[in-house]
Amino acid sequence: MNSQSSQIQYIWQYLPLLLQVLAAFGLGIGMVVASWFIGRHRNTKTKLEVYECGIEAVGDARGRFSVRFYMVAMLFILFDVEVVFMMPWAVIYRQLPKITGSQWFGFWEMIVYLGFIAVALFYIVKKGILDWSTDKGDL
Amino acid sequence: MSIWLFLLFSILKVAVVTAIFLGGVAYTVLLERKVVGRIQNRWGPSRVGPFGLWQPMVDGLKLFLKEDFIPAGVYRPLYLTAPLIALGCSLLSIAVVPFGSQDITVHGVKVFELADLNIGLLVLLGVTSMSIYGIALAGWSSNNKYSLLGSLRSSAQMISYELALGLSLVGVVLRTGSFSLADIVKAQSAHGALSWNILGGGQIIAFLIYITAAYAETNRAPFDLPEAETELVAGYHTEYSSMKFAMFFMAEYGNMITVSCVATLLFFGGWNSPFGHLFPEPQNIVIQALLALFWFIIKVFFFLFLYIWVRGTLPRFRYDQLMGFGWRYLLPIAMLNIVGTSLVLSALMANS
Repeated sequence: MNSQSSQIQYIWQYLPLLLQVLAAFGLGIGMVVASWFIGRHRNTKTKLEVYECGIEAVGDARGRFSVRFYMVAMLFILFDVEVVFMMPWAVIYRQLPKITGSQWFGFWEMIVYLGFIAVALFYIVKKGILDWSTDKGDL
Repeated sequence: MSIWLFLLFSILKVAVVTAIFLGGVAYTVLLERKVVGRIQNRWGPSRVGPFGLWQPMVDGLKLFLKEDFIPAGVYRPLYLTAPLIALGCSLLSIAVVPFGSQDITVHGVKVFELADLNIGLLVLLGVTSMSIYGIALAGWSSNNKYSLLGSLRSSAQMISYELALGLSLVGVVLRTGSFSLADIVKAQSAHGALSWNILGGGQIIAFLIYITAAYAETNRAPFDLPEAETELVAGYHTEYSSMKFAMFFMAEYGNMITVSCVATLLFFGGWNSPFGHLFPEPQNIVIQALLALFWFIIKVFFFLFLYIWVRGTLPRFRYDQLMGFGWRYLLPIAMLNIVGTSLVLSALMANS
């Protein structure tokens, strides 16, 4: 098998995944459309209102919410990058002694990196960003 | 092998896997109602068909025929896309899961895996992250305060536990050196249960972190705060009706099945028998394939049962406890697990 045909083969491995995407979203769209046409529609003004346990809704749901959700999202991005960096390291970990020429280089490299992350995590906890029940965090 | 034959086989596999997956979702719901019923000292559904076996079908039909109304205040484009994203991601994540040995092929096409990707694990993680959008958008576009609170909680919870989930997988990848789920299973096939990652691989901590984080990822008890019905009506899908509600429901149970499959593949040796080579392997390839499928299904069933068992047993977390647990305990323990695993691996490599 020459290199070009094997490359085509490799890309074709993703074809079932594409088909599954089509099947998954096609099925979803089909369900929504079918149930829209099958079910009856009888709308009244009260029925179309927001359901908040029968109490008339005051205002809409576009108000403010706790800034902690935003902080968590920010922290997630920072720490998710950490996970992303660890994945390729984990895959080639067994070959690292050969690549770097040193038995323990790959290990200490990641220890240093994880050390920084651990300090960051320690700082976050001490800063009180994860304390949801008290207000001692100065946000 | 011609491209057309490959295409034909792929379409067939997609159809079969999707059908089995949806059937599995329907009967997981029945299983849950039955088992939770027995835990609470009652029968569960038992009227429709023998042992209530037609219950999920009838429920599905009922949801299809229900009135599908869109409340007046919603932001329609996102309101309609959100259930699609949820169900789509749930169905998509099963595509990279291998159900049986890679050696069983028909005309060179692997029978038991939809897409044999060398980055299967990364695809899974990526698709799982995408499913957060379904819940976040559903809550926001509903224009309901309960929905918004539920989806905010849920998004924060899911992204927090996704970190621990991703880190717990690193230990397995370290041991195997591959993202391919089939390779990870192959690496656990040497000595039966002793070479599974949870025992011989020493990844039991990683497994416990994975299963905890996965319960939070799928919004299941004891982490089912997004739809805490005592405080938030029904959480992010309060304003959804008919099939759109059913799609969120199916997505949740579909994610349960995928999580169980992945736990089986990564930590419990996939389709390998726990006895290893103690018994002679059958010569017939069909029997081999069926035996592999049998072990896989048994293990997945065990994890599904565990899900339901946990739901029937444990009370719900408080929100601050939930976030604190994820960030302060699971995340550092997952990091320590990586350090430990790589230390042992390096020591073993240095000795050999």
